[in-house]
Amino acid sequence: MDVLKRIPVREQDAKERATNFKEVCLGYNKEEAMEEASRCINCKNAQCVKGCPVAIQIPQFIEQVKNGNIEEAYRIISESSALPAVCGRVCPQESQCEGKCIRGFKGDPISIGKLERFVADWARENGIKPTPAAQKNGKKVAVIGSGPAGLTCAGDLAKMGYDVTIFEALHEAGGVLVYGIPEFRLPKSGVVAKEIENVKSLGVHIETNVVVGKSVTIDQLMDEEGFHAVFIGSGAGLPKFMGIPGENANGVFSANEYLTRSNLMKAFDPDSRTPIMHGKKVAVVGGGNVAMDAARTALRLGAEVHIVYRRSEEELPARVEEVHHAKEEGIIFDLLTNPIEILSDDKGWVTGMKCIHMELGEPDESGRRRPVEVPGSEFVMELDTVIMSLGTSPNPLISSTTKGLDTNKWKCIIADENNGKTTKEGVYAGGDAVTGAATVILAMGAGKAAAKGIDEYLSAK
Amino acid sequence: MYKIVKKQELTTNIYLMEVEAKRVAKTCEPGQFVIVRMDSEGERIPLTICDYNREKGTITIVFQTVGAGTKMMAQLEEGEYFHDFVGPLGRPSELVEQPLEEVKSKKILFVAGGVGAAPVYPQVKWLHEHGIAADVIVGSKTKDLLILEKEMESVAGNLYVTTDDGSYGRSGMVTQTIKDLVAEGKKYDLCIAIGPMIMMKFVCLLTKELEIPTVVSLNPIMVDGTGMCGACRVTVGGKVKFACVDGPEFDGHEVNFDEAMRRQQIYKTAEGRAMLALEEGETHHGGCGNCQ
Ligand SMILES: Cc1cc2nc3c(=O)[nH]c(=O)nc-3n(C[C@H](O)[C@H](O)[C@H](O)COP(=O)(O)OP(=O)(O)OC[C@H]3O[C@@H](n4cnc5c(N)ncnc54)[C@H](O)[C@@H]3O)c2cc1C
Ligand SMILES: Cc1cc2nc3c(=O)[nH]c(=O)nc-3n(C[C@H](O)[C@H](O)[C@H](O)COP(=O)(O)OP(=O)(O)OC[C@H]3O[C@@H](n4cnc5c(N)ncnc54)[C@H](O)[C@@H]3O)c2cc1C
Ligand code: SF4
Ligand code: SF4
Ligand code: FES
Repeated sequence: MDVLKRIPVREQDAKERATNFKEVCLGYNKEEAMEEASRCINCKNAQCVKGCPVAIQIPQFIEQVKNGNIEEAYRIISESSALPAVCGRVCPQESQCEGKCIRGFKGDPISIGKLERFVADWARENGIKPTPAAQKNGKKVAVIGSGPAGLTCAGDLAKMGYDVTIFEALHEAGGVLVYGIPEFRLPKSGVVAKEIENVKSLGVHIETNVVVGKSVTIDQLMDEEGFHAVFIGSGAGLPKFMGIPGENANGVFSANEYLTRSNLMKAFDPDSRTPIMHGKKVAVVGGGNVAMDAARTALRLGAEVHIVYRRSEEELPARVEEVHHAKEEGIIFDLLTNPIEILSDDKGWVTGMKCIHMELGEPDESGRRRPVEVPGSEFVMELDTVIMSLGTSPNPLISSTTKGLDTNKWKCIIADENNGKTTKEGVYAGGDAVTGAATVILAMGAGKAAAKGIDEYLSAK
Repeated sequence: MYKIVKKQELTTNIYLMEVEAKRVAKTCEPGQFVIVRMDSEGERIPLTICDYNREKGTITIVFQTVGAGTKMMAQLEEGEYFHDFVGPLGRPSELVEQPLEEVKSKKILFVAGGVGAAPVYPQVKWLHEHGIAADVIVGSKTKDLLILEKEMESVAGNLYVTTDDGSYGRSGMVTQTIKDLVAEGKKYDLCIAIGPMIMMKFVCLLTKELEIPTVVSLNPIMVDGTGMCGACRVTVGGKVKFACVDGPEFDGHEVNFDEAMRRQQIYKTAEGRAMLALEEGETHHGGCGNCQ
């Protein structure tokens, strides 16, 4: 074995998977996991841990995998993470834990994410569950939103003995994990539902179909329903559009709508009652994880798919693995290209998109080189579907109905990074609702910090 | 799970259901809507709140069977359950939000088309309870499709019923009745029109000419109903609005109805297929030529 090289992970063949919704990555088996784990040199001052937003004790759990003691590895991971099967699959490891791994200087970093996923999958398949609190403390906490931030906060509080209820606006719990990230990256019934079951088995109640700010307000939860504290983990769900002419033509969708239909409403399944547009030629505008997911979904539904992104490959915000997978599957990347108008026929259906070529100029505030239009380079792409994936921002439903809860100019809730404290007493917040669209693990980290903050607040009361 | 405590077939293909939904009943106001799912595989179907009972904790919905989703929903019986029932969504009617004195000073005309009579009813009733008598025009294609006539009669100032085919009441479209009333010398300060998109469009064209400010309740395609998907976007006064959070009621004279009607058709072919599959069951094998 070459210690500089990682043990390759088995994947579904690109040609084959481009036509189905089954998971792309098949994961390690026990032998492969133990072999990969043996590459870890168990650093004293482990850098990888510093790269993990929830500081999983990485060398310790990998040591247990190396020895074949998977149950113990799971226990170690569970101390820091409530959703390891999810994070092992969707964390941007290359810029987090694995980005810091010492092995990465000379060769491949340890496949920390794939090992974490293996441990979590093994625990699930072998019926291992986290242990609930021995004793309830009689205090009630309401958690708004059942995405990674809410689930983590709820799980941690329940372990400390709090009586926790999650209120979720949709008909199913999981947030982006169920409505956004597709089945082929994160299996719903196989993985997400099981992780949510684990949180429930800690004693957390989940009430779906409650839109806080509409069905009930935060003040009502605290004054009338007896909740002693509230955590807001409502995410950043509002889609942006470009504001270009023709954007309301039939056949232009937000990535949120397209992905929600396919994932939450199961339109990818031909037996589903939910309709979805089966485009023949689709452009996805944007370059993040969401754009990759929308593109790869459209591909699987039978389309020729183009990613249209105004910067260059280097600036693509999506995870490297996702871009790589998308290319392997046959997604076409039209980089340094920006849409300026959507064209439609006399019945209002999309027929094409007028675009302009871009080149990179001086760096902007974000430090990335600003794309500028190349004069006279307009051209028309023929299309029948356009999916806008330009980012999302927090929904003002909660902030606009809660007195004393301050937001910044991007409508993000203002909260203390260390303990989730907002400007309203007893109300905490974290995840995308505070930071704007970010990552699963950062949302979990914020949920964790807020659980600690809430515990300190209620213990002192 | 949300129990159906009452079911009534108002007329062919139009059903009324009273459903237990405590949270919704506690906070809803006229003009708002709910989204329901009949079972764990069902579509999310938006429906206007037609009545509510805060003590009993129930909501009344009235729906017309148009596609596969509503057809299957019509088969639910009293004592059975909706899997999901979320709300209240959207903004309450402006009438409810305005100071009462201001509303009292106005002469209001409601125009309801088809199943639109259902969402108009609670607003007229609300006004009636606050001592305000509004005039109401109810239009339907034919006598058999007319709903809630008695209920409306008991709360409206004057009720004018018209049928397209003249089989009952006045004859002709609701726009004809508006013209007739104005010609008779009636003056209105506000018109509220709820019904099929095409009816609202023509009512608005007319009331614009007659200079009667008009509010409409739009029913675009929706998914989540909380502002998350943008499926419900409509253009009002040249600006893009999300009907589920900015509406569903808008200034009718500012709405781009042609775009809104066009956008309602997005899934029509897909729907058609789902409907055929439902009606023809096992015999549906794509004979229509539309299926791949
Ligand atoms: C398509 C897609 C792909 C992504 N891929 C990745 C990836 O590969 N790796 C990664 O790390 N991150 C990825 N992300 C980002 C990541 O999913 C989010 O950062 C993360 O889910 C945020 O978690 P959260 O708990 O803050 O919010 P969410 O997951 O957004 O959950 C918020 C929940 O709150 C509910 N809610 C909102 N308002 C209310 C209300 N008023 N009342 C009640 N409930 C409410 C929502 O319905 C939702 O269920 C992706 C995001 C998307 C959309
Ligand atoms: C705010 C609002 C309030 C409404 N109130 C009522 C009401 O009180 N009574 C009533 O009978 N109907 C009402 N509607 C319309 C009702 O939601 C549609 O008739 C219903 O969704 C059609 O579902 P279907 O599966 O039977 O039809 P199909 O034609 O099979 O629908 C297939 C798809 O198209 C969507 N769709 C089709 N037509 C509409 C439409 N007009 N509005 C929204 N989505 C549509 C559905 O969501 C579904 O995804 C309302 C719609 C909205 C948006
Ligand atoms: S949670 Fe994410 S960042 Fe932390 S170790 Fe696991 S994969 Fe790496
Ligand atoms: S930095 Fe790499 S080698 Fe060192 S402990 Fe972490 S995973 Fe192992
Ligand atoms: S229904 Fe999704 S944004 Fe309005």
